[in-house]
Amino acid sequence: MTCDPTDRPAGPDAVTCTGLVHAFGDTRAVDGLDLSVRQGEVFGLLGPNGAGKTTAIRCITTLLPVPAGQVRVFGHDPAVDRMAVRRLLGYVPQQLSADAGLTGRENVTLFARVFDVPRRERADRVAQALAAVNLTDAADRLAKTYSGGMVRRLELAQALVSAPRLLILDEPTIGLDPIARTGVWEHINAVRAATGMTVLVTTHYMDEADQYCDRVALMHRGRIRALGTPAELRRGLAERRRARGETAAGDPTLEDVFRDVAGSGLDDTSGDFRDVRSTRRTAQRLG
Amino acid sequence: MSEAPAAPPSASADRVAGDGIGLLVRAPAPRPGWRLLPARIGAMCAVELQKLRHDRTELYTRAVQPALWLLIFGQTFTRIRAIPTGGIPYLDFMAPGIIAQSAMFIAIFYGIQIIWERDAGVLNKLLVTPTPRSALVTGKAFAAGVKSLVQAVVVIVIAALLGVAMTWNPLRLLGVAAAVILGSAFFSCLSMTIAGIVLSRDRLMGIGQAITMPLFFGSNALYPVAVMPGWLQAVSKANPLSYQVDALRGLLLGTSAHLALDFAVLVLAAALGITAASSLLGRLAR
Ligand SMILES: Nc1ncnc2c1ncn2[C@@H]1O[C@H](COP(=O)(O)OP(=O)(O)OP(=O)(O)O)[C@@H](O)[C@H]1O
Ligand SMILES: [Mg+2]
Repeated sequence: MTCDPTDRPAGPDAVTCTGLVHAFGDTRAVDGLDLSVRQGEVFGLLGPNGAGKTTAIRCITTLLPVPAGQVRVFGHDPAVDRMAVRRLLGYVPQQLSADAGLTGRENVTLFARVFDVPRRERADRVAQALAAVNLTDAADRLAKTYSGGMVRRLELAQALVSAPRLLILDEPTIGLDPIARTGVWEHINAVRAATGMTVLVTTHYMDEADQYCDRVALMHRGRIRALGTPAELRRGLAERRRARGETAAGDPTLEDVFRDVAGSGLDDTSGDFRDVRSTRRTAQRLG
Repeated sequence: MSEAPAAPPSASADRVAGDGIGLLVRAPAPRPGWRLLPARIGAMCAVELQKLRHDRTELYTRAVQPALWLLIFGQTFTRIRAIPTGGIPYLDFMAPGIIAQSAMFIAIFYGIQIIWERDAGVLNKLLVTPTPRSALVTGKAFAAGVKSLVQAVVVIVIAALLGVAMTWNPLRLLGVAAAVILGSAFFSCLSMTIAGIVLSRDRLMGIGQAITMPLFFGSNALYPVAVMPGWLQAVSKANPLSYQVDALRGLLLGTSAHLALDFAVLVLAAALGITAASSLLGRLAR
């Protein structure tokens, strides 16, 4: 991307987590997470089903308490200074979640209102947000008539209408066709280029992470296992392979890095019923 | 609702036409503290009204039940004369009770709705905006009140057609509206509070059904408190529905009522309900 990781803007990091722990009963969904997202970058949080990505995001967005460890969003503590944190955030949850009983425009207008967009610029701002995601023509249809890709773009418009400094996207492209996926990323990048906002995104698509993220972190069982620019991670694996004397065919992809880091325990321990169910629910609404 | 035009004003359409995102660069300035809560409540109410406008079937179908109560139960019991009503026809006596009952049945549904919104992910997203929980809850409570008002109008019209002599004094009707909205606010918050405790739709449905019947029959909606056994009289005394019915009866029929006490209880109950529901709302997102 355009952002050179070495030229860091002044001010605190957009997000820092130190030793973040969150458990559901006996499940330690997030287990000592250390993370810092710099201002202005696109940061990708990758990891298998059940790695704890969504849980970490819900701690950052004030939805879950922070039982142990520390979280800061532009220097604010989400556990204490909730309103200040929420003002800075745009959030698109993993699940498709536009209000089906409202039109696209009403959905976005609601978010303009709850972020205190003054009445005189509200209609214009909402129209711009809808135009930015190519929904102008469908804006006055009920959201229940939208396809999955349109709902995702509508959610993006809802998140963008308040000009957030930090956009948090939990699997924004899950279940979308390749063209819709590219579309979502193009809309994100167009707005980012204009506003300089920070983006924290989770995804299962390694090609997306490689192409669109400035830095990525690989998360597994509640912790970060690898961190760097996609190129750094790929180079790292190539070096490790050389050191081990392996002669793998071709340069490693980010997916190879992912396999290398998460190891073979991937298939049996992670991704429980809940995850499958929520993924299926998304797929159903898309289908 | 005036703020959600079907199409953007044409002047702005020109400005926006060039795919501009100029307005999206600047974050809006936060509203000063004391104006935030009313603005958010307004936004939540507007959304509920918009939804109602897009899908009116619920309003119509919900009007059927109170109509049947009046037509069948009311007319039959008027002939039996089994219930001492203090000299007024039974249909007159029960009409305010049916207004309160239908309002309660609508309001009790709100807990299920909020769980549904949680499951659909809509609630989570709103909880991440700078909106106090109490504003979300109050908005819902007010919307329940508006729906109930529609029911009240239906009941009053049917009752008038059946020959019930009710007041047309606008001040009294305003009082009726206030009593309906306050009662609905309390019962919707009761339902949302239980939602925040049990967290699942199935359990809430069971509990909802288990409490609406005792609340209804343990009130003065269908018969005066005096005919109840002692223990039920105690239930009725603690039941906000009884105070709501008392106020409605006094305002609509001009029977003797304790209006000051009734409204005091209703205001207090609504305030308590809003407090309880908003403090438990966050649990739904966990
Ligand atoms: N509300 C909850 N109650 C109980 N357990 C939960 C809850 N939410 C998540 N978990 C568990 O915490 C773990 C991490 O879940 P999380 O949703 O954070 O993973 P994820 O990385 O987002 O996975 P995915 O890629 O499938 O979205 C999983 O084992 C999950 O079952
Ligand atoms: Mg997830």
